[in-house]
Amino acid sequence: MSTTTAFTLKMGAATREAYGQALAEIGRVNPNVVALDADLAKSTYSVKFAKEFPARFFSIGIAEANMVGIAGGLALSGKIPFASSFAVFLCDKGMDQLRMSIAYPRVNAKFCGSHAGVSIGEDGPSQMGIEDVALMCALPGFVVVVPSDEFCARALVHRMVEHVGPCYMRTGRPKVPVIYGPEDKFEIGKAKVHGDGKDVAIIACGLEVAQALYAKAQLESEGVQARVVDMHTIKPLDEAAVEKAARECGAIVTAEEHLLDGGMGSHVAQAVARLHPVPMEFVGIRNTYAESGTPDELVEKYGLTAKYLVAAARVVMRRKR
Amino acid sequence: MSTQTLPSLDQLKQVANKLRIDIVRMIGEAGSGHPGGSLSEVELLVALYGRVMRHDPAHPDWPDRDRFVLSKGHGVPALYAVLAEYGYLDPALLPTLRKLGSPLQGHPDKRFLAVLEASTGSLGQGLSIGIGMAMAARMDKRDYRTFVMVGDGEIQEGQIWEAAMYAGFHKLDNLICIVDYNRQQLDGFLKDILDPAPVGEKFRAFGWDTMDIEGHDLQEVIAALEKARNSSVGTPTCVVAHTVKGQGVSFMENNPEWHGVAPKKEQVEAAVKELEKK
Repeated sequence: MSTTTAFTLKMGAATREAYGQALAEIGRVNPNVVALDADLAKSTYSVKFAKEFPARFFSIGIAEANMVGIAGGLALSGKIPFASSFAVFLCDKGMDQLRMSIAYPRVNAKFCGSHAGVSIGEDGPSQMGIEDVALMCALPGFVVVVPSDEFCARALVHRMVEHVGPCYMRTGRPKVPVIYGPEDKFEIGKAKVHGDGKDVAIIACGLEVAQALYAKAQLESEGVQARVVDMHTIKPLDEAAVEKAARECGAIVTAEEHLLDGGMGSHVAQAVARLHPVPMEFVGIRNTYAESGTPDELVEKYGLTAKYLVAAARVVMRRKR
Repeated sequence: MSTQTLPSLDQLKQVANKLRIDIVRMIGEAGSGHPGGSLSEVELLVALYGRVMRHDPAHPDWPDRDRFVLSKGHGVPALYAVLAEYGYLDPALLPTLRKLGSPLQGHPDKRFLAVLEASTGSLGQGLSIGIGMAMAARMDKRDYRTFVMVGDGEIQEGQIWEAAMYAGFHKLDNLICIVDYNRQQLDGFLKDILDPAPVGEKFRAFGWDTMDIEGHDLQEVIAALEKARNSSVGTPTCVVAHTVKGQGVSFMENNPEWHGVAPKKEQVEAAVKELEKK
């Protein structure tokens, strides 16, 4: 994920690692927090909680539907379960249970889907959750968050335990650039805006936020003033931030490591269409499954690096009224 | 409940008969619903609420209450009727089943009726929910029991066996699964579609203690469920209750056509007349 500009971000931890760290932190202060995993604890990093609180950790085995149902029963009994697996297995295999046992009774259960997107790399498309955000946003009452770096992920785990109701966090496998610091505050449903450029807004989530910041630097070197909106919460969407970006910039690019169908971009587009219609372009995975390769190769091949965001910005600005 | 005088077997039999009348009337009034699988559950529910479960209608949130999860959510008219009988629900609400704004939704929905322990209706999920409740009891060192009722057709769902494997392996001896084994499902007889038999042997292979009982013999049902509730063998218990779909209403009995069809007005009257004679 190189860049042609002098602007660089320091590499940090993977969001999945930050999830595990934060889960252990909340375990220390809240005895009702319990964790479950479907035989991927070492990969989702829920193992950090398991090591510290073995009596409150449940290794369910490779049975995602059962895990989600058990989380429902635990939540109905006053526990605050955090259940994790790969995003694709948790959300796709557990969808009916997430609907019937969690969303429908609106129980206080939390979920984390890791290894989302093409950036998991060599394991290939059977392991890549590229539809999880669409699925989870289709569950009424769910909060859906996609943190962009380790600090964002850590803070949002803390917000998830404070929020009463079902929540889903999407995390990624690779290490990602550091965007924030320990002092940065995050709220569910409140986007983080970087810069006040008025030529184009890039609304991004997950590892695309770093790419958006690289794109912003590149555009600036060409005399284009861009702003980046880190839309870490897809649901409830920060519609005020979307409307402000539409009004002030008049053109929007969205960027996500997810299928364009039902992803963040489609949710932003709904808000834009209703609140302040402006031209939009969408960066994401286009109606396909990916393949094996290195994370860098795949992010490049599937059109998710900064240069594609820059190209989309140029296109969308030409369509400005 | 346990401190009060226990109702006699004859009293409970009368309650069962009354619930059958309620069920037929409710579904008739609603114009839709599932009479067959509601009628097959009646003695099981009467035994649980009338005798076996530790519960207190004055304190529905009592942390030490036994839990009941109706995983076969389409059988909910019987559950509403028993909840009304035992003081959890105003009996005047029974005729509102399935009507707009009623707390008595077509399938159990906690959003509308808080005394329900779980929302169900998509088959296969209740046993996992029950495991979560049983695990919470263990963690909190509470001695309540969790009862889950599944349908025999429902156990064709794979999630039931994920749950059965987990509960057996972890020896959740505070969990009881009741199979309403009425041998029919919507499209016909299990033996013609996908027969789960032998059910008890399957659960035993997954580490459960099992009992096969006559599901309409109240005395046998009570004895089995009490034994399961107070089990000391260190495993979960599966009670395979052999029942008759549509039990008590002769024209509904053993006829898959009555899985999900409401009786018409004159059929309600005929059914009530037959039940009142019992």
